[in-house]
Amino acid sequence: MITLNRDRLLIHKDQDVVILRNRVKEYATKIGMGLVNQTKLITGTSELVRNMLRYAQGGEVLIEVVSRGRENGIRLTFSDRGPGIADLDKAMQDGFSTGRSLGLGLPGTKRLMSEFSIKSAPGEGTTVTVIKWKNG
Amino acid sequence: MDRIPILKMGQFLLVTIQIDLYDRIALNLETDLVQMIHKTGARGVLIDISAVSIVDSFMGRILGNIATMSKILDAETVVVGMQPAVAITLVELGLPLNGVFTALNVERGMNLLQSRLASNPDEEEDEDDNPE
Repeated sequence: MITLNRDRLLIHKDQDVVILRNRVKEYATKIGMGLVNQTKLITGTSELVRNMLRYAQGGEVLIEVVSRGRENGIRLTFSDRGPGIADLDKAMQDGFSTGRSLGLGLPGTKRLMSEFSIKSAPGEGTTVTVIKWKNG
Repeated sequence: MDRIPILKMGQFLLVTIQIDLYDRIALNLETDLVQMIHKTGARGVLIDISAVSIVDSFMGRILGNIATMSKILDAETVVVGMQPAVAITLVELGLPLNGVFTALNVERGMNLLQSRLASNPDEEEDEDDNPE
């Protein structure tokens, strides 16, 4: 996989979500991603960044334009230094939440993205990496 | 800007969301709308989201909350103008907005509210023959 372009954003407060969504949209438009895939990508972004704000008081998002073979896409890496997730299998189930949400954030986002991976351990923060291919 | 304006038109309240939502604004809207229903005695709420490019699980939940809260205060809620890409995304996300009335555009949304109101007129009889 080749990285063509990258950008880094710090997320500390609610309003940063709007800036991040706009930045992701810019990159997605630049590679010619269609509206439905853009909407899925940005909705997933919104879910993941909310988790970061709620459970870890913020963190960092890396936005990259990546290419593999003939396919272009956007890769996003969300990293925080929050409390981490004790049971990843449970966190990936629909309807499970330790907060007061619907528990759709992680499993729902996985469905919206082309690729999804999560690394976390209690006390070590959480890193979520997602890719949305232009035609994926 | 932290608030979305709510307009009163006859028995209905109109909300047009023209900005990118974040959680604080959505929560404020929920509170403001419920208070406006209480204050004005409105029988219906129409929320136009045609300018909203994404609805995630939080905002979806707020829309559901607004519908439920208005119902308790005897007002119907209809969400109109959802973009096709938003509808596709919501269903894939796993949030089909159960319990929220929707309509394609403002005109149809208004018709829906008016017909709901006509079939469920003001308290001519006592409230206890209302199944809800």
